Amino acid sequence: IHLSRRSHCMRGQIATGPGLSGSSWSTELFPDFVKIVEVGPRDGLQNEKEMVPTEIKIQLIDMLSQTGLSVIEATSFVSSKWVVQMADHNEVLTGINKSPHVRYPVLTPNIQGFQAAVEAGAAEVAVFGSASETFSRKNINCSVEESMQRFEQVICAARQACIPVRGYVSCALGCPYEGQVHPAQVTKVAKRLHELGCYEVSLGDTTGMGTAGSMAAMLRAVMAEVPIHALAVHCHDTYGQALANILTALQMGVSVVDSSVAGLGGCPYAEGASGNVSTEDVVYMLHGLGIQTGVDLAKVIEAGDFICRALKRPTNSKVSQATSRSQPSFNMCE
Amino acid sequence: QVSLSGLKPLPEKVKIVEVGPRDGLQNEKTIVPADVKIRLIDMLSEAGLPVIEATSFVSPKWVPQMADQEEVMRGIHRKPGVSYPVLTPNLKGYRAAVKAGAMEVAIFGAASELFSKRNINCSVEESLQRFEEVMSAAREEKVPVRGYVSCVLGCPYEGSVSPSRVAEVAQRLYSMGCYEVSLGDTVGMGTPGGMAAMLEAVMREVPVHALAVHCHDTYGQALANILVALQNGVSVVDASVAGLGGCPYAQGASGNVATEDVVYMLHGLSIHTGVDLPKLMDAGSYICRSLNRRTSSKVAQASCKL
Repeated sequence: IHLSRRSHCMRGQIATGPGLSGSSWSTELFPDFVKIVEVGPRDGLQNEKEMVPTEIKIQLIDMLSQTGLSVIEATSFVSSKWVVQMADHNEVLTGINKSPHVRYPVLTPNIQGFQAAVEAGAAEVAVFGSASETFSRKNINCSVEESMQRFEQVICAARQACIPVRGYVSCALGCPYEGQVHPAQVTKVAKRLHELGCYEVSLGDTTGMGTAGSMAAMLRAVMAEVPIHALAVHCHDTYGQALANILTALQMGVSVVDSSVAGLGGCPYAEGASGNVSTEDVVYMLHGLGIQTGVDLAKVIEAGDFICRALKRPTNSKVSQATSRSQPSFNMCE
Repeated sequence: QVSLSGLKPLPEKVKIVEVGPRDGLQNEKTIVPADVKIRLIDMLSEAGLPVIEATSFVSPKWVPQMADQEEVMRGIHRKPGVSYPVLTPNLKGYRAAVKAGAMEVAIFGAASELFSKRNINCSVEESLQRFEEVMSAAREEKVPVRGYVSCVLGCPYEGSVSPSRVAEVAQRLYSMGCYEVSLGDTVGMGTPGGMAAMLEAVMREVPVHALAVHCHDTYGQALANILVALQNGVSVVDASVAGLGGCPYAQGASGNVATEDVVYMLHGLSIHTGVDLPKLMDAGSYICRSLNRRTSSKVAQASCKL
């Protein structure tokens, strides 16, 4: 199966194969620029056992705001009885030092959450759908269809308030309960979110079980219904596959990647296993590919060190592990 | 076969060269007794790996972990169809290896002068001359030789390494008679772009069927680098069970890529490896218990508690 589609945001030429381009593999296949959506303060911390005080969350976000990241998911307006870690959402959103170059989306699972978010000064929100029925029921206690109806309310209200909405699709490459998830299921939900008004849809490999093969198959299906510039990938590194999966997505034209500083956020389905892919490791790969991100890797590493000290846990980022103890004979931060 | 980028399709089969018992254990601080090494190798044979690097015939004063080289070679159960290459840095090591029953050997060159001097105390040219002696003897005795090139995507001392230099050393090893040349990202600092550029240069001198990649995961880039290598036609991948073998240049950092994680990716791409992943994970659990350390394989970490 050969992919013939290319993103409009890639450089002019289309790579046509070994004989014609003179190079069997070219960086012309890749976007010039990739937007990183930093989910550490929300998705990351939400899945950390250790409760983090509000001022630490604020300091983390403030440090991340200085790294060049343009999107930092700040917190979640879910009921604190479900997600205790996010109970301080108001204080966090009002306490952070908002950089004019950064957007700070917040999760809003329903209209009440949305209204509270707006009151606290949110200028962008996000809603979370699932490609798996079982996951939807177990995670948010309703069917996928019911969740879409809830999100429709949020998106309507957001439109009226001129607030952009980002959509997430969980279980895009597999479900902890259902196992395999068909690309058509992911497409259906992604398309719905996009049609309802989400400016971007982030496709999440929630369990991390996806591989380059399943990523390619899923993206091929979704790209047939949702324009590629509106797609992002949110890969978990639970099986070590995240960077290979992200690479595959980039080769297919995706140019928005979610990641979490220091790889914060373990996997709730496999105790002790890792979850989110580390922003540091993603940025290292992208920069090595000559792809611009606007991000200062050294500053992200610092932010990662800060939050890991606060959480009293080692970083999940391999780049961070390698650079904190390496011989100072070469500088890989360039 | 699935093509992810519209270019060459991925290989249908990939040969995994398991380097855990040698490269892995050599870089582990805890010394394990011969019987543990033997059991590990036997379990790996049962897991379906076609090539298992068993030990190293270097002087034990340099590498104490490999001091039991003869005992290991004599003790392992050789599964028919499986190769058990051993490292032989010079003619003396080669002779000892053959005497102990080795039927395949490996030699290690470097793409970086400084690395060669610091690692084996001689220049790249001098090391190649030493290997010529091994090659001659091996040729006479019809013993296949695999060549390794270190520092193909960077050197801990020199920093960046030019692809043309890697190609030069790879070509020397191949034309000397190595049936396969494994290109090693020794420090793990390589990224997919660098891997592609390096392979492009090497493939002008050495046919792709004779190339392998040996990626380190020190910066988390290994699987992405391996994927790119596959996209360029490489179909031999070195890996280490449980990701054994830390990085000697960055204390506490990881080294070899975990075989389990590589196999997981390859199987997910419908690429045939012949490896039984659950049995491989058993071998990984076994050696981690013996070393009293946690696995570096994410697949193993995820699976053991699901």
